[in-house]
Amino acid sequence: MARKVVITGLGATTPIGGDVPTTWQNSLKGVSGARTLEDEWVARYELPVTFACRASNRPDEVLSRVEAKRMDPSTQFAVVAAREAWKDSGIEDIDHDRLAVAFATGIGGVWTLLDAWDTLRERGPRRVLPMTVPMLMPNGPAAAVSMDLGARAGAHTPVSACASGTEAMSMGIDLIRAGKADVVMTGGAEAAIHPMPIAAFSAMQALSKRNDDPEHASRPYDIDRDGFVMGEGAGALVLEAEEHALARGARIYAELAGSGVTADAYHITAPDPEGLGATRALKAALFDARAQATDVVHVNAHATSTPVGDKPEYTALKAALGNHVDNVAVSATKSQTGHLLGASGAVESVLTVMAIYERKMPVTINLESQDPDIPLDVVTSVRDMPGGDVVALNNSFGFGGHNAVVVFRNV
Amino acid sequence: MASNEEILAGLAEIVNEETGLAPEAVELDKSFTDDLDIDSISMMTIVVNAEEKFGVRIPDEEVKNLKTVGDAVDFIAKAQA
Repeated sequence: MARKVVITGLGATTPIGGDVPTTWQNSLKGVSGARTLEDEWVARYELPVTFACRASNRPDEVLSRVEAKRMDPSTQFAVVAAREAWKDSGIEDIDHDRLAVAFATGIGGVWTLLDAWDTLRERGPRRVLPMTVPMLMPNGPAAAVSMDLGARAGAHTPVSACASGTEAMSMGIDLIRAGKADVVMTGGAEAAIHPMPIAAFSAMQALSKRNDDPEHASRPYDIDRDGFVMGEGAGALVLEAEEHALARGARIYAELAGSGVTADAYHITAPDPEGLGATRALKAALFDARAQATDVVHVNAHATSTPVGDKPEYTALKAALGNHVDNVAVSATKSQTGHLLGASGAVESVLTVMAIYERKMPVTINLESQDPDIPLDVVTSVRDMPGGDVVALNNSFGFGGHNAVVVFRNV
Repeated sequence: MASNEEILAGLAEIVNEETGLAPEAVELDKSFTDDLDIDSISMMTIVVNAEEKFGVRIPDEEVKNLKTVGDAVDFIAKAQA
């Protein structure tokens, strides 16, 4: 019998709150984190998209000045969220050789990389900061979290674009089940609201161009959706072997019962239109969790609000859950937070865990006219989750054809 | 051209900016690595910032000879002369 994995700590810094309680409460109210960007570079480069979901709290105001200056913003977000999750777990005495990290990012230290390039061109090689390489490397967040916690059982960085955060949690399950760690700090962080990624995502027609109405731009499942809205921040979840958590009398939020990770092997950016890869991930995750399709009551969907992306996820849910899909309440919280790329799976898992723990499901905003091709039961005002034993899913999909699904169960 | 006292004060400011150490902890006889716990990456940042502040060039191969704060002050003073 595989070791059971439970969640004992949560952390988040998002466009709708600087911590878990604020993010959670706002997710139930239904608020938009999207704002017009005030940065001078928006006009300087005549960016086609002029808004995004900025994190509500700047991480360099939470960290000390010296800490912050040695970290890319993505790492700053990771450390802020991981510290909250660690404190929340209440873990004090631990064998640090049995504590691992699986902390993801989609892009990594893009601010550091491009600032250093600007510095090289404008001021020469001597002025390129010696900290540039450790700050830009994509394993920077995992490494910083590992040092911060003294986690010595390995610090891992799954990188699978927008599936990264969820894949990190899948890796965390594997580490605990394989006996390589008793506790894993998992999560994802992203800080890519920089003119270059905005221009690049925009060039591929992935971003909403609703510049005159940012708060209504992220609208998953709406017939008038026109792309995703970039977000930034981090989510963190402490995974713990159940016996380890019980032995210390920990508060347990939920069980992380299983995961499924697959690849489409279809197209570098477009999802398989039939959602075959996502279907296999869903089925694999349910099998891994020893759950039936009919156990599922709630899904926090990937649902980024792109015209091409939202429908294949529905197709996959229908294929994996059958007619039971009609009984499942779906929340698309990117409508509020925007798309945190490699952090999105972690933030949405935090919300899914809170949904099980509090038996309330977060809100999907901006759904005015639901796409008739996606007849899901979308949670548009806060709704109670049924009592009794429940299973909830979090889906994440990434460019490259990456599909990752995690399965949560009440304890 | 700055006096040795001015160079020390300027260095202390740079060290504080990089490491958070109190400027008054940056004294002439203090070793960068053993006393001030400054790693090689921070040391290079301090060197480059000192070059800019004092208008001097501190060659990479010279940095290993700057063991104490006093060594750095002397080097910068000579380089400015």
